[in-house]
Amino acid sequence: MSAMIPVRVEEKLYQNRYVVDAGRGHIKIVPHETPSANLLAMIKLCPAGCYALNENGKVEIATDGCFECGTCRVLCEPSGDLEWNYPRGGYGVLFKFG
Amino acid sequence: MVEKFDCIVVGAGMSGNAAAYTLAKKGLSVLQLERGEYSGSKNVQGAIMYADMLEKIIPDFRDDAPLERHLIEQRFWMMTENAHTGMHYRSDSFNEAAPNRYTIIRSQFDKWFSRKVREAGAILLTETTALELIFDAYGVCVGVRTDREGGIVHADVVVLAEGVNGLLGSRAGLRQPPKPETVALAVKEMHFLPQETIESRFNVKGDEGVVIEAVGAISQGMTGMGFIYSNKESLSVGIGCLVSDYAKAGETPYGLLEKFKAHPSVKPLLEGSEVKEYSAHLIPEGGYKAIPQLCGDGWVVVGDAAQLNNNVHREGSNLAMTSGRMAAEAIFQIKSRKEKMTKANLKRYPDAMEASFVMKDMRKYKDIPALLHTNSRNFFLTYPELVAKAMENFVRVDGTPKREKESATFAAFRKTRGLGGLVTDAFKLARAWR
Repeated sequence: MSAMIPVRVEEKLYQNRYVVDAGRGHIKIVPHETPSANLLAMIKLCPAGCYALNENGKVEIATDGCFECGTCRVLCEPSGDLEWNYPRGGYGVLFKFG
Repeated sequence: MVEKFDCIVVGAGMSGNAAAYTLAKKGLSVLQLERGEYSGSKNVQGAIMYADMLEKIIPDFRDDAPLERHLIEQRFWMMTENAHTGMHYRSDSFNEAAPNRYTIIRSQFDKWFSRKVREAGAILLTETTALELIFDAYGVCVGVRTDREGGIVHADVVVLAEGVNGLLGSRAGLRQPPKPETVALAVKEMHFLPQETIESRFNVKGDEGVVIEAVGAISQGMTGMGFIYSNKESLSVGIGCLVSDYAKAGETPYGLLEKFKAHPSVKPLLEGSEVKEYSAHLIPEGGYKAIPQLCGDGWVVVGDAAQLNNNVHREGSNLAMTSGRMAAEAIFQIKSRKEKMTKANLKRYPDAMEASFVMKDMRKYKDIPALLHTNSRNFFLTYPELVAKAMENFVRVDGTPKREKESATFAAFRKTRGLGGLVTDAFKLARAWR
């Protein structure tokens, strides 16, 4: 249904402030052959659109726009799909309003 | 040299600030850890703040706290694709000398609260991520390891105010991590508009404000709610649904938000606004049954980390403040008797919570989360549709005799849900509410 209104999440993230810890993503996807159902669900579920399917059919993550909300931890950590940590102190999203 | 404090408070949100403030005011040495650049830089809330719970901590908060609008009107909307049926309550009695509730902007409010905490004497260490709890050989929590160099800090007791997705307590096995069924994912945008525009669109003046909370077709059959809160020069617009429902539905949160904003009842309110931030956060929705053990040897857990959120009355931050204050008062009592921070002694904190409105309210609604979750399609799609149909039948005059219209309304209810289903749902809801 929501496909009726085209949404580019990148445009929304553009409003936000981040201090990106280059090369030190705080969430890592455990190497996999075929992605689990939960990992695939994150492609739509991540509110910052950090998850994507690559050309090899595996799920990738780019944490630059991450809100550190924990949705992917809640869904994917129990099944061992992710290594989840918060960014180092001072890095990550910086809410002006929250 | 290893530094030792009376208490370490992990986190500088509502519960952490309430705890740190209360502890420092009572003269204890307090170290507060915050991973963001400032208190509030990682925190997200709607946000409505209830005065009573803050008054109990900082009685004169109205003098300098950054408050947006005091609320004089509440609108509940039941939404279909193109309509809403509303119940509005507006009262001039909310225009009182010391108003009951306010909209706030969390990052700004938290900065203020944090200043109070530091003025009270607590040491705040920002840009410091707490990595793990440290236990001695007897299983007593004795400190925290941080990501600072040589980053171990010790204390008699650690207050875990680490938020809904706090890692320390769950990784140390003190509580379960949240489950997809016990947390909602909320997304929100800050829409800026001139003050006069907000006042004319919402029919308010001065610092008066309006809350709109909406359920129905906007959550696509998921357990969820949309909201519009009026701030001084902005509107907080968002929607939240259970993570487990999202995973099944395959909707994107931002897609749902766009759809809510495009709804014919919502769109005119936002016309011409400038969006300055898009954010997301988890909300504890598990209710009473999801509340973990609140204390152990050398630790207590407060706020969202303890799933303390009354999802019926949407009270999260005030339960956070109250739990932070009560934990701090318990710690102070133990400290002043020169006793140890054992689980048995710290039990004063959950005992105080049990005796207060917090646990009484949480227990009252203990069956609501499960009810709404298992019946989400009925409560969020079917009933709003039926009620809207009934209203349309009542309001639209088109030459159909009124008796026929009423029959059509009743038939629609019976046909869609069945009399048995209607009675069962009403009964279940009444029982869960009681």
